[in-house]
Amino acid sequence: MTEAVFFYTFAALMLAAAIVVVRHRQPMYSVLALLVVMCCLACLFIMLDAYFVAALQVLLYAGAVLVLFLFVIMLLNLEPEALARVRLFTLRTTGTCVAAALSVLLVHVLQGSGGEPSLAMLRPPNGTVESIGRELFTTYLLPFELTSFLILAAIIGAVALAKHQKPGE
Amino acid sequence: MITLTHYLIASALLFGIGLAGIMTRRNVLMILLCIEMMFNAANLAFVAYARAAGDVGGQIVVFFIITVAAAEVTVGLAIAILLARQLRTLNVDEVDALKW
Repeated sequence: MTEAVFFYTFAALMLAAAIVVVRHRQPMYSVLALLVVMCCLACLFIMLDAYFVAALQVLLYAGAVLVLFLFVIMLLNLEPEALARVRLFTLRTTGTCVAAALSVLLVHVLQGSGGEPSLAMLRPPNGTVESIGRELFTTYLLPFELTSFLILAAIIGAVALAKHQKPGE
Repeated sequence: MITLTHYLIASALLFGIGLAGIMTRRNVLMILLCIEMMFNAANLAFVAYARAAGDVGGQIVVFFIITVAAAEVTVGLAIAILLARQLRTLNVDEVDALKW
């Protein structure tokens, strides 16, 4: 009963904030609404026994990626998006209808899965740091090492892109 | 009773809202933001399935997805800053040349 109350509260807040992200004209409010979405997602992760992933979500996603977005938005000093011209009004309606149709299809497909009456399985996954660490450094060691290359490539790419070009070159 | 299907439907709705955002917003940064929201929807689906299947691998995949998303946002924002600096616009409708 309390689980249902918590789930519906967090899910409703998450979807309302997601609609604010999509619809608001000011970029800053969209980023802050996405922050609300990520915190609600962290709460849902905790309800699913994924404690380490919930902490990572708040630390990395909400705390680093969104802060990067905020820095860039404040650096570029964006104006609110101009109201759409008449031609783009039909594009916006079409886009929303297509996305709504796709989500209806997705919901219809996903309703067939998950035949268990409740999520209380015999052996729930231990989402603590120890169990994830044990799996990460034994079974998933290769992807873990490869992400270091990925991060290196991203750093080099960002530095190469954002470097100031001298007028001669 | 909250079953796996509830979480999957929440994930699907979040994914659909992100998709509507990508198709209707014209600012490059806002499109990147909506892509992040779709990543989060996929994370929710992964964690829900990890809980239902008793396998912790779903949560490890979420760990990697967060890392990959951070790297992608880094490069994407660098490109957006370049666009704003050189083309003086962030409207995706006006970025239609391969080289300028």
